[in-house]
Amino acid sequence: MTPVQLFLQQLANGLTLGAIYALIALGYTMVYGVVQLINFAHGEVFVVGAYAALTVVLLLAPAALPWGLLLLLAMTGAMLACAAVGFAAERVAYRPIRSAPRLNALITAIGLSLFLQNALMLCYGATDRRFPSLVPPVRWDAGGVTITLMQVIVWTSSAVMMLGLQALVTRTKLGMAMRATAQHVRACALLGIPVNRIIAVTFMIGSALAATGGVLFGLHYGTINFHDGYMTGLKAFTAAVVGGIGNIPGAMLGGLVLGLLEGLAAGYGSAQWKNVIAFAVLVALLLFKPTGLLGERVSDRA
Amino acid sequence: MASPRGKMPEWARVLVVALAAAGLPAVANAYQVDVLTNALLYAILALGLNLIVGLTGLLHLGYAAFFAIGAYTYGLLNVRLDVPFWLGCAPAMAMAGAAGVLLGAPALRVRGDYLAIVTLGFGEIVRISFTNLERWTGGPNGLLGIAHPIVWLPGRGVVDFGVSSVPYYYLSLAALGLTAAVCVRLCRSRVGRAWMAIREEELAASCAGVPVLQMKLLAQACGGAIAGLAGAIFAAKQGTITPDSFDFILSVMVLAMAVLGGLGRVQGAIIGAMILGTLPELLRGFDQYRMLLFGMSMVVIMRLRPQGLLGRTGNRAA
Repeated sequence: MTPVQLFLQQLANGLTLGAIYALIALGYTMVYGVVQLINFAHGEVFVVGAYAALTVVLLLAPAALPWGLLLLLAMTGAMLACAAVGFAAERVAYRPIRSAPRLNALITAIGLSLFLQNALMLCYGATDRRFPSLVPPVRWDAGGVTITLMQVIVWTSSAVMMLGLQALVTRTKLGMAMRATAQHVRACALLGIPVNRIIAVTFMIGSALAATGGVLFGLHYGTINFHDGYMTGLKAFTAAVVGGIGNIPGAMLGGLVLGLLEGLAAGYGSAQWKNVIAFAVLVALLLFKPTGLLGERVSDRA
Repeated sequence: MASPRGKMPEWARVLVVALAAAGLPAVANAYQVDVLTNALLYAILALGLNLIVGLTGLLHLGYAAFFAIGAYTYGLLNVRLDVPFWLGCAPAMAMAGAAGVLLGAPALRVRGDYLAIVTLGFGEIVRISFTNLERWTGGPNGLLGIAHPIVWLPGRGVVDFGVSSVPYYYLSLAALGLTAAVCVRLCRSRVGRAWMAIREEELAASCAGVPVLQMKLLAQACGGAIAGLAGAIFAAKQGTITPDSFDFILSVMVLAMAVLGGLGRVQGAIIGAMILGTLPELLRGFDQYRMLLFGMSMVVIMRLRPQGLLGRTGNRAA
């Protein structure tokens, strides 16, 4: 393999991971945008999505559907399940403490995340679950670089999701209401925007996006575990902050940057140190660009 | 905080609590003493983090790293150079404090949630580094064979702390008392007021002549050193330390303890640590549902008492 091919191969691998991080990062950043809350339970929501998809696939296994349809159904099921979890979390846990100091919501998020993690463990067991490989193992050789059908599916589905989200936020009335709520909740309420409903919808959309991330994650790695939300959630959160938290294109960019960094670090450094390299570069990046790649100035208040 | 029987002087309240705490091992079994010892170590950590987050208002999500640096400093000094515990404490605190400054100096350029992610990254880097530097730290299997402290007692000669939790309970209690005293003094000092001024309004503080950067670094250093002390005690108690003991969840739990008790309050941090430190064990009867219930209780407590158990309403940084 020539150096150029090696580079392109790591690029392709990194882009796959990055697309998954970006999908999860979107949920962090959307919720942060409207209520300035770091929803640490979001990493768990993503695993809920993976398990929900697994359940759909296992339930529909006897029907012997074509794999494309099955994938679509699993994706839909996961998105619905996660949207429901996101809605419930907002309604039961976050809304009652919305006016409380911000750090307290962080504690609620941690409690919620422990709850979801253990609920998953009780339902599905503590061991790794094999995620059925729905996608046929097709691979192409593009000038010495191997591209799998799986990677293409990850890229296209995340691109569709992100473009769809971007259109929703910039072109629709709902999106306008979301952006307005992010600007000023009280003023929106005075203007007759149903703020509570908008916030709930934001949670649901963010969670549904994480669900697609979860399905793609399961397909990509082939196994899922109730613990997976921790590291992946952490990285997605990092991605959201690196892009500039609260900024939707920023989350996409941050996810891709993080995935690429990790892919390149694994390819050129060592797999053992890839997380250190990725985090170190991110810390360095934040030191030179303290508000993230596309972010605006924020206050220092913890 | 008025006691039910009217005003009791502060020293008397502290004395009552200290005596009650000192008497506990007489009525508790070995397992309970062990849980309580860990809760005391958590309380020391919560106090240290409280200086950074509660007083100075800097969100820190990598606090476990300081704990790890303290633990590994004493562990390595002891295993490689046979440094006894009592001499190892100071370097452990110094290393962790220095790490606080080292992290703080560049990191304090970033603000708010960006600071949170830098500290989080720092915590992960430290933990993964300890895992990967196998030649020094034993890697994921941990650093083995760290010596227990020894003391000379009148009439009994040299006594090894051994594996029973009781001596560590008293050691941690003493360390907690010392830390709490230092924190209370700090809060009421010029430095503490400077920290609170930075928390409330950084610009105003700097206009009033508070050296903001130095004060923030001092907060990081003090918080780090306190975690380093807890780390050294932890290493001595366990005899073996693994990088997994210092993960992100620990940072987050310590933060939860400080917030639960009411940020910025010394008693709050201690009470929060006692509750969250012992709750998982109290729920042990529920077996596999215990962490589920633990998570649920955190949500419920925050819903019922959003300002923390001892917090005042209207505390902006909390």
